[in-house]
Amino acid sequence: MSVRRLAANQPESFAFTPENLEWANGQIAKYPSGRQASAIIPLFWRAQKQAGGWLPEPAIRHVADLLGMDYIRALEVATFYTMFNLSPVGEHFVQLCGTTPCWLRGADELKDACRKHIGPEGQVSADGKLSWLEVECLGACANAPMVQINDDFFEDLDAAKLGEILESLRAGRAVKPGPQNGRHSSEPLGGPTTLTSFTETK
Amino acid sequence: MPKVTVDGIEVEVEAGATLLQACEAAGVEIPRFCYHERLSIAGNCRMCLVEVEKSPKPVASCAMPAADGAVVRTTTEVVKRAREGVMEFLLINHPLDCPICDQGGECDLQDQAVAYGTDGSRYHENKRAVEEKYMGPLVKTVMTRCIQCTRCVRFATEVAGTPEIGAIGRGEDMEITTYLEHTLTSELSANVVDLCPVGALTFRPFAFTARPWELRKTESVDVMDAVGSNIRVDTRGREVMRILPRLNEDVNEEWISDKTRFIWDGLKTQRLDRPYIREDGKLREASWDEAFAAVAAKLKDARAERIGAIVGDLAAAEEMKALKDLWAKLGSANIDCRQDGAKLGGARSSYIFNSTIAGIEQADVILIIGSDPRREAPVLNARIRKRFRAGGLKVGVIGPRHDLTYPYEHLGAGTQTLGELVAGKGFAEALKSAKNAMIIVGQGALTRKDGAAVLAASIALAKSTGAAFNVLHTAAARVGGLDLGLVPGAGGRDVAGILDGASKGEIDVVYLLGADEIDMEKLGSAFVIYQGTHGDAGAHRADVILPGAAYTEKAGLYANTEGRVQRGQRAAFPPGDAREDWTILRALSGALGATLAYDNLEQIRAAIVADAPQFAEIDMVVAAGDLPDLPAGELDAAPFETPVKDFYLTNPIARASKVMAECSARVAATKRVQAAE
Repeated sequence: MSVRRLAANQPESFAFTPENLEWANGQIAKYPSGRQASAIIPLFWRAQKQAGGWLPEPAIRHVADLLGMDYIRALEVATFYTMFNLSPVGEHFVQLCGTTPCWLRGADELKDACRKHIGPEGQVSADGKLSWLEVECLGACANAPMVQINDDFFEDLDAAKLGEILESLRAGRAVKPGPQNGRHSSEPLGGPTTLTSFTETK
Repeated sequence: MPKVTVDGIEVEVEAGATLLQACEAAGVEIPRFCYHERLSIAGNCRMCLVEVEKSPKPVASCAMPAADGAVVRTTTEVVKRAREGVMEFLLINHPLDCPICDQGGECDLQDQAVAYGTDGSRYHENKRAVEEKYMGPLVKTVMTRCIQCTRCVRFATEVAGTPEIGAIGRGEDMEITTYLEHTLTSELSANVVDLCPVGALTFRPFAFTARPWELRKTESVDVMDAVGSNIRVDTRGREVMRILPRLNEDVNEEWISDKTRFIWDGLKTQRLDRPYIREDGKLREASWDEAFAAVAAKLKDARAERIGAIVGDLAAAEEMKALKDLWAKLGSANIDCRQDGAKLGGARSSYIFNSTIAGIEQADVILIIGSDPRREAPVLNARIRKRFRAGGLKVGVIGPRHDLTYPYEHLGAGTQTLGELVAGKGFAEALKSAKNAMIIVGQGALTRKDGAAVLAASIALAKSTGAAFNVLHTAAARVGGLDLGLVPGAGGRDVAGILDGASKGEIDVVYLLGADEIDMEKLGSAFVIYQGTHGDAGAHRADVILPGAAYTEKAGLYANTEGRVQRGQRAAFPPGDAREDWTILRALSGALGATLAYDNLEQIRAAIVADAPQFAEIDMVVAAGDLPDLPAGELDAAPFETPVKDFYLTNPIARASKVMAECSARVAATKRVQAAE
């Protein structure tokens, strides 16, 4: 992890859409009065979705105003959690796990694939479709190496498969999330070795 | 009350005290960085680790409540190694740039590294570097030195009430900053520098000018506002290098306002360093003898009712006493120490802060009338905020709406609301039912034409509700002047009367003792003698200038808004031919043939005490008697206004200060931006 800064270019303003505002008020209502600030993370998350995958500075102020917080307190939260992107991301935002299990299983090749198909880390591709970032463990070590694209995991990858997925996303074709090597979940590659048959219990 | 044994010494501490406080009670020093007794507990520096019996690991003593029977050890090998380990960790990233660091010589980290650290480190990796952060014209940052103790964050949020500083990022990349590097807006902002245990936050105006061990320290009193904050003036040679707060629980705790702290460059510029006489419309340098001769030529011939004297906001008791006695010898009753025209005087209880500043902490309801304590007395406002944070405080305000850093009920803008309260309506109920109610009346309510009526109504309100009556002054000289009776005698003219007389040609000679905040246009063709320190409004109008000494250059007594008499000391000498003010008046009295009866400081102080016995009780508040019954007057419907329009430029020293000018311009710019939005 490195120092994270707010993006240099920020939109003029930000405001929740009426639907999001209603949803936000619902979240705020979950907490007792005086504790509205507790709703900051869900609100940031919704703001990030609305803004296209990143959290602009006006959105930080907007959420702080909604919750009656000081701006600096909201900024502290936004910069603390790496789940909040402080600069723009591509339409398909690739989070690439580089932690030990994935790294041992070939995360470095996946990084090369990302550099080839998208560009340098942290930069949005020229068409605005893709961007990528190396992140810490996403908790799918049994299916290493893997990436998360927007809300979905893509597991059991190699450079070619990842390239294919990225190009499909760029072209707007549907892709199938989950393991990409024929596994259903995290069972052994050649099929189950234990619990191969079912016994009816009486 | 729990009993704790610290290194074999048994101490009894208050319930809820921490182990660190227990150790201090036992006289054992515990090193610390993040812990500060006036801030909330953070527990993040780990320097205060101690060994507690039955605890498997060393515990952070600052955050651990003292339990009954706890046995603490601070001298064991475990504690020694824990401290060495923490110190080694802190120094992983802290640069070893002490020779070029302004904190060098008074740095907690430096001192504690020597006392508790080891001589080397096992870390050879590159140190972390942090980008510079802008915090405004007063606080300079070298954030690479920051050890993330978060004292500045807690101070800004808790004490100053302007939550602007925060810690962004996390882990090794945590950085202290303001939101988007905005300037700090608090009037107490530079106290974060005092709190900073390392050289991450230093004084920008003081940067690279002096080392702490070169400075001579003089304990004195501040005159920028009427709180009388206790200060330490650091000088090198003849020059004041910086001003720091001094601990006084009854007055300023350990905070001072930015104006108090950064005034020092104003002490060096625009100074009057020799007498001047106006000839053919132009001021020319003169000797003391020539100046006295010119003054004597005018004053000797003038009839007593055709001369007047006005005292400014920074005068010490000594020169006010000398001026009063000189005017008495000349037979004139035209003398006034209230250049802002406040309708105060008479019974002492009607013009001082009777509750005392420390007494604010006992209040449960406070009514503020025509005052903006945040700008008029920032340190006192911090005390009100401290009381607010303790919980259960109700504040009502009559006057303009300002951000006071604590919530309040805005009752109304002016006298109409006050009248309703006197009639027992609204907030008066809260005052009546409170155990310790306070009414604070500001100069904004008293300097008006109907000031006397407002004062009478406020006192009536205090009497009918049982609330304590307090006046918040803005001038350091005022209470002293009123105590010494520098108000017009029988048939005498007050400030307005003197100015009115001068513009009508009924007053021939006006003596200004450091008075710069009056309308000089109104002085008409009168002969003006200005005795003061700076080339400000008064000096520009003057026909004779007598150069005096600023508050750091003379020994003087000052009574603060509570009536607490405190002693200012001389830290440096006045520039050039300038002299201590009372000696100028004493010498002038000789030239006028009306010699005053004191030749040294002891004698004039004895004369002051003879006039006002409370001046013998240094550092004490002498309680005033009962509140007087004042005749009710007609109230004007105009809303109250605050007398402090620009916090940074309230007196001649501040107006000569470049640092204050920069702060003032910055505030004005912020206001313009807000107005545009």
